Amino acid sequence: MSVAMPNVNETWTGKILEVTLGAGPDKGGTRGKTVTVGGETTLPFLHFEGEIPNKPVVAVEVRDRAPDDWSELLVKAWGDSLKDPAAWAAKAEGLGAEIIALSLDSAHPERGNTGAKEARETVRQVLKATSLPLIIYGPGQPDKDNEVLVAAAEEAAGERVALGNCEEKNYRTVVAAALANNQVVIAKTPIDVNLAKQLNVLIGDMRLDRDRILIDPTTGALGYGLEYTYSVMERVRLAALTGDSALQQPLIVTAGYEAWRAKEARTNDGVPTQWGDWAKRAVLWEANTAVTLLETGADILVLRHPETIPLVKRAIAGLMTRAGA
Amino acid sequence: MALSGLAIYKMLPQTNCKECGFPTCLAFSMKLAARQVELSACPHVSEETKTQLDSASAPPIRLISLGKDGHKLEVGNETVIFRHEKTFYHQPGLIYRLADSLDDQEFTHRLDQVADYGVERVGMDLRPDGVAVQDSSGSADTFAARVGQVAGKGLAIILMSSDPATMEAGLKAAQGKEPLIYAADSGNWQPMADLAKKYGAPLAVLGAGGDLEALAALAEQVAGYGVENLVLDPGARGWSDSLGALTRMRRAAIKKNFRPLGYPVITFPGEGSEDPREEAMLASQFIDRYASLIVMDDFEPAALYSLLTLRQNIYTDPQKPIQVTPGLYEIGDPKGDSPLLVTTNFSLTYFSVAGEVEGSGRPAWLLVADSEGMSVLTAWAAGKFDAERIAKAVKAAEVPDKISHKSIVIPGFVASISGDLEEELAGWQILVGPREAIGIPSYLRQLAKG
Ligand code: B12
Ligand code: SF4
Repeated sequence: MSVAMPNVNETWTGKILEVTLGAGPDKGGTRGKTVTVGGETTLPFLHFEGEIPNKPVVAVEVRDRAPDDWSELLVKAWGDSLKDPAAWAAKAEGLGAEIIALSLDSAHPERGNTGAKEARETVRQVLKATSLPLIIYGPGQPDKDNEVLVAAAEEAAGERVALGNCEEKNYRTVVAAALANNQVVIAKTPIDVNLAKQLNVLIGDMRLDRDRILIDPTTGALGYGLEYTYSVMERVRLAALTGDSALQQPLIVTAGYEAWRAKEARTNDGVPTQWGDWAKRAVLWEANTAVTLLETGADILVLRHPETIPLVKRAIAGLMTRAGA
Repeated sequence: MALSGLAIYKMLPQTNCKECGFPTCLAFSMKLAARQVELSACPHVSEETKTQLDSASAPPIRLISLGKDGHKLEVGNETVIFRHEKTFYHQPGLIYRLADSLDDQEFTHRLDQVADYGVERVGMDLRPDGVAVQDSSGSADTFAARVGQVAGKGLAIILMSSDPATMEAGLKAAQGKEPLIYAADSGNWQPMADLAKKYGAPLAVLGAGGDLEALAALAEQVAGYGVENLVLDPGARGWSDSLGALTRMRRAAIKKNFRPLGYPVITFPGEGSEDPREEAMLASQFIDRYASLIVMDDFEPAALYSLLTLRQNIYTDPQKPIQVTPGLYEIGDPKGDSPLLVTTNFSLTYFSVAGEVEGSGRPAWLLVADSEGMSVLTAWAAGKFDAERIAKAVKAAEVPDKISHKSIVIPGFVASISGDLEEELAGWQILVGPREAIGIPSYLRQLAKG
């Protein structure tokens, strides 16, 4: 007996744009490796239906200042490299990072209040220490973001770094810096399809190429709002594939940052025994946050713990394997 | 196939008597086709029409239950592809597989691990759902003995053997527990289906290597034979093959109303991964993407807790955040001079804070303001957790009658509202607490020191 299976393939009219981070000597940069993400013509990993030309990639967070509020587990895992962003970046590259996500955290008024000069110096050293493309984040304080992101964009001119976060309140400055120095921006909005779209339209009005934008839809950690991110990412991707050109950029998620804020990852003090072994739980908290974000369309995952890197890469490899292959 | 509104209309009395609450029979038909009303709302349909319509309006994915009474696990009956379209209804069962060949001590230990695990999260009691007993001894007696051991535990049970005689021994040992029979394949489906009939048990149908047409054919054959409570295993394993198969099955059932694949799906993440951590990650994919039963091999509390959390996340209704009732909560028998903290009525927020206050061992009052079920920063950004709302909550809960002091601790994330709050609550002292709830115990300790 044979039963014909109905055709369940969707015909999508839209396509995710390909965005490249990093530039080698041929393109005016110094990167030994570049990364291209995006290009999908179907929902995440549905190889039976469309093309997924580029795999999602793992970026690893590196800060220009040893974090004082990180979980003991992270501090132990990274050791002394936490004190030196160049060493930290090199170590991350050795552990399998495909992008270095450098945070210029020391520029925050409460965490050192460093300025443009220090930012340039850090960027220069990290560029030297790694062959990978960079993402460069400001400290998350509007005035200082403007100051150090502009300096960093200039210092890394030609390297095609991604500047973040580019938000409603600062997008003009960040986009101008990207335009002037051939960089990419990370457009971040709080878990809302329309806000993501609006910001992309505003950025587009400034004439930044559409393939110089990454969308950060804002991540919630497992147990702390992950389901909202899951649904917003699905909706962004569906809108993109059905032709909404203002949402067709690859998605970047800060799974590490969010997961390590969660009590489950951070601490073992006074937690129920049912939560299990701390080290296992913490790494899985980050890895499982990442898995769900992969399933809903993440193209770049910014992670924190060394052990999470190979785990997430293994999931990606499994998801990129075409059926029957 | 689902019937169109028009096709349904042709079967109705067409008298437009309005007793169903709709102006016309046609309007009622349309609602029925969209599955927004029950056929029973029309008192005038004939028995014959009823039978016809009932089968046509059956849910696109059949509801299957394992176990009985207090320990019933219901899976299936999903209606959407994406949770934002409505919601996912029946969370997948998390089942642990135990081989019947384990020695007594080991089997008992592993069984107890599963049976005894329970954890509270956001005010809900979360647990794994059951045990799958795998025939690996090759002995029907051993299998039956192990099943008998599991049967007393109040868990959902899956019986795994390809041998009908062994399966029957297991079914006898699990009498009255409605275990799932795993599995009928193209070779043994008939005797397995006979067992399913004889013992009134649901039956899993196993395909090969993700060939969905073959699976559909087999499922149809078994259903045609009279066993309709089915669960499907497409036979795909690992990351992308499973994702592809489960997605196509879900779409076929929901978008095409393709009956032969309109059943819950069972998955085995351990068979598609290299080690326990990868198994747990693959299980996450199955929670996100369309599994109804997830059979795990490695019991690891840390992994289980993260999967239970993910399942709770994905299966909440996206339209309704889980909320607690606003008001003044007592934590650990507070007195008039105990500290007062304020938070929002998003359950996750409330339980994070209440848990830390409780853990601190210091009695306190926790004022829950009505923030329409939003977290602290979300509510703040939406104007639902501002000075005015907090002041209102203080009054509504008659705080001054219960508490002898006038100071209130606000979440560190909304430090910026303290000025406004000082104005709203004249004569009060506004204290800014830590940002994360985790900092509350040491904060309360400091506060007590003065
Ligand atoms: C999930 C989420 C949503 C969900 C809503 C979930 C819900 N029911 O609240 C949705 C998608 C609906 C949403 C919407 C919006 N959101 Co929102 N959302 C989030 C997200 C991802 C997680 C929030 C969460 O659940 N946190 C977990 C809970 C437990 O945290 P919490 O309530 O803060 O509680 C913690 C602490 O505050 C502390 N605590 C709590 N109470 C107390 C009390 C005391 C005394 C103390 C000491 C401590 C304490 O303990 C808890 C654990 O540590 C965050 C970003 C993020 N990753 O955190 C953004 C975020 C909160 N959202 C934001 C915004 C701007 C919005 C919108 C305004 C955007 C929009 N679309 O217009 C809307 C507003 C809602 C509306 N207009 O309808 C911003 C807020 C910006 C800011 N800094 O003010 C954030 C921070 C995202 C961002 N980075 O921009 N959001
Ligand atoms: S109750 Fe039945 S017969 Fe009367 S209007 Fe409604 S559908 Fe028509």
